[in-house]
Amino acid sequence: MRPLTLVQAVNDALKVEMRNNPNIVVYGEDVGLEGGVFRATVDLQKEFGVKRCFDSPLAESAIVGTAVGMAIAGLRPVVEMQFCGFMWPAFDEIINHVSRYRNRTRGAITLPMVIRFPYGGGIRALEHHSESPEAILGHVPGLKVVIPSTPYDAKGLLISALRESDPVVFMEPKRVYRSIKQEVPEEAYTIPIGKASVVMPGEHLSVVSYGAQMKEVTMAASRLKEQGLSVEVIDLRTIYPYDKETIVNSVKKTGRFLFVHEGPISYGIGAEMVTMISENLFSSLEAPPTRLGGADTVFPWPRAENHYMLTVEEIMSEMKRLINFVP
Amino acid sequence: MFEKYDPQEGKILRIMKEDGTLEKGIEDLPQMNNEELLGAYKLMILARETDEWAVSLNRQGRLPTYAPNKGQEANTIGALMALRNDDWFVQAFRELGGLLVRGVPLHQYFLTWHGNEWGNHYPTEKYHILPVAVPIGSQFLHAVGLAYAETYKGTDKVVISYIGDGGTSEGDFYEALNFAGAWNTPNIFYIQNNQWAISVPRLVQTASKTLAEKALSAGFEGVQIDGNDVMAVYAATKMAAEKARKGGGPTLIEGVTYRLGAHTTADDPTRYRDEAEVLKTHVPKEPLVRLEKYLRHQKLLNDELVEQLKKEAKAEAIAAFEKAEKSPDPTLEDTFKYMFKEMPPLLKEQLETIKSRRQIGGQK
Repeated sequence: MRPLTLVQAVNDALKVEMRNNPNIVVYGEDVGLEGGVFRATVDLQKEFGVKRCFDSPLAESAIVGTAVGMAIAGLRPVVEMQFCGFMWPAFDEIINHVSRYRNRTRGAITLPMVIRFPYGGGIRALEHHSESPEAILGHVPGLKVVIPSTPYDAKGLLISALRESDPVVFMEPKRVYRSIKQEVPEEAYTIPIGKASVVMPGEHLSVVSYGAQMKEVTMAASRLKEQGLSVEVIDLRTIYPYDKETIVNSVKKTGRFLFVHEGPISYGIGAEMVTMISENLFSSLEAPPTRLGGADTVFPWPRAENHYMLTVEEIMSEMKRLINFVP
Repeated sequence: MFEKYDPQEGKILRIMKEDGTLEKGIEDLPQMNNEELLGAYKLMILARETDEWAVSLNRQGRLPTYAPNKGQEANTIGALMALRNDDWFVQAFRELGGLLVRGVPLHQYFLTWHGNEWGNHYPTEKYHILPVAVPIGSQFLHAVGLAYAETYKGTDKVVISYIGDGGTSEGDFYEALNFAGAWNTPNIFYIQNNQWAISVPRLVQTASKTLAEKALSAGFEGVQIDGNDVMAVYAATKMAAEKARKGGGPTLIEGVTYRLGAHTTADDPTRYRDEAEVLKTHVPKEPLVRLEKYLRHQKLLNDELVEQLKKEAKAEAIAAFEKAEKSPDPTLEDTFKYMFKEMPPLLKEQLETIKSRRQIGGQK
C-alpha cells in the first residue's frame, strides 16, 4: 500500500495489467514519450517499449477505429481521447462499431477494448475541455460506461475493464485527478463493473452520485451528519449497466431519493434514475424522487464556470428539503 | 514496385484487353495459370448468377434491399485469389466474389441480405473476414488496426480492405491511409471505382485526377488498374501483398470498373444516367465477357461448357437462397443475448418484461 492520486492509480492499473497481459497496447495523442497531458500513461513507454505504448497521429476516429481492428485480431487496445470534447470525431466508430460488433456478428467477433478520457469541469480549462457526456454514452446500447471517484476504485475498476470481454468507456474525473490521495495496494485487484458502493450508510435520505461530483455530495452529507441528519451516500461507479439493486434497497430503507450529477439535467443520468425509482418504489416514497444537475447550457468558459458547478451548500439545502418534505 | 504505373502520368495497369487478348510487356507481372483463370471464371459466373437471382428475388418480394455486384466481380475474385486464406479480408458491401473465393457458403451471404444477423457470423478462428460495413469508409480504419496487430504478433499476414469511389471522400479514408503510412502497416487498400456513389458520379467526389494518387499524400504507392481485368487485379494484389509481407508497407489500388446494376434494388439509375450509354460503353468492357473471350481463345471454354456452368451456378444460387429463406428467424432472446458476454440484470429484466407483455412462453 502507498498513497496515490486518482491519475496515479490509473497509471498503476495500466502498468500492472500490461505486465500481466502482453496483448495490451496503449496509444493516443501524446500518451507515449510525454505520458499523456495529465500523465496517466507516464513511464509506460519506458517500461513496455514503443510497440506497446505509443503516440498515434492526431485523429480520434482513427484512434478508436484502428483499436476496433486490433481487438478483432486479438490485441487488447487501450486508447486515450485527450479530452471528452475531442471524443466526438470517434463517436461514429463508437456508436456504429464498438458497441455493435458482438451483436451484429452473433458473438463471432468481440471487441475487448478500453476507451479512456478525462471528463468534467471545474479546472478552468479551455472551451471543449469541460463537458460531461456520460448520459449520451450510457444511452448507446452495447457500451459499458464506468466512472470512478477515488484512487482505490479507479485502479480496481480499470483493471476490471482491462479484463472485460466487451468494450468499456472509462471516464476519468479530471477535477479530482490529484485532489485526493488514498492508500492503493501495489498488486492487481478488481472492483466489479456494474456494482455501486455505499460510501456512507444513512437512514433519512438516499443520495446517489458518481465521479468528481461525489466530492461535494459526501461533504454535504458529512455536514448534515453533524446536524444529526443521516444521509446514505452511494457512488454509482458504473453508468451502464447500473446497479439498480443497491439503489432500490437503499431507497426502500430511507423512502427518499436524490440523484446528483454535474452534466446537463434534461435527459441526464438523474432523469433515468428518478424514473427508475418512481416506477419501482412509488408507494413507499415519502418525498418526490429528485435530481440535481447542471443546466442545459453550453459549459461556460473559465471566468463563469462557477455559475455552472453545483456547490456543497446547494446540495445540502436540497438534501434538507427532501428530508423535511411533508406531502 | 509500381514505378511503371504512375497514376499521375495517366498510366494504368492492364494485362488483358477488352477483346480478350493480352497486352505486351506484361511478362514480369505475376501471372495466373490456366487452371486459376478457369477457376476465376467459374466463380465469376456464380457471383453473376447469384446477383441476378438476388435482384429477381427482390422483385418477387422475397428479399429486402440488395446491393448488386454486377460488372465488378473481377475486383474481388482476382484480388482474393492472389492472397492467402489467413490474410484479412475487410468488406465494404459489394464483395460477393471475395466471399466465394474464401469458401463462404452462399446461403450465409443470402442470410445477410435476407436480414438475419447470422449472415455476419464469421468466427475469427475459422475466417479472416469482417462483415459488410454499412457506414461508408469506417471499415478502412479497422483494416489498419488488423494490420498493426498482425505486425505486433510477428506474423506475415496482410489485410485487404474495400471501399467505393464515394467512400474515398470520407475522412475515415484519409485517416486510414495516413495511419497506415505512419505505422507502415501491411495494408492493401482497394478502391472499387465503379464510377457511381448511388446517383453521384465519380467526378463530383474529387478534383483529383485519379483516386490512386491519393496514396502519395500518405507517403506510399498508389496504382490505378483495370478493375475489369481479373489478371491485372491478381497481379497488382499479389505484388502489393509481397511488398507488405516483407515490411514494405501499404499500397492503394484503384480498380477502375463500372457498376452495371443499380446502387441497390431501391435505386432507379434511369433517373441519373443513360442506360443506352451504359450498354454501349461499359458492357463491352465488363470482366466476365472479357475473361470468357480469353478462355475461348485458349480453347479452355466452349458454348457447351459456358451453358453448363451457368446452369449449375443458377441452381446453386436458387438452392442457397432457399436454405437461407427457410432458416428460422432470430428469436427475441437472440436480440438480447449478444449485447454483452454476460447479460446484465437490466437487460434480463427488459427481456422478461417484453416476454410477459407479449405472453411469450405461457407467461402473463
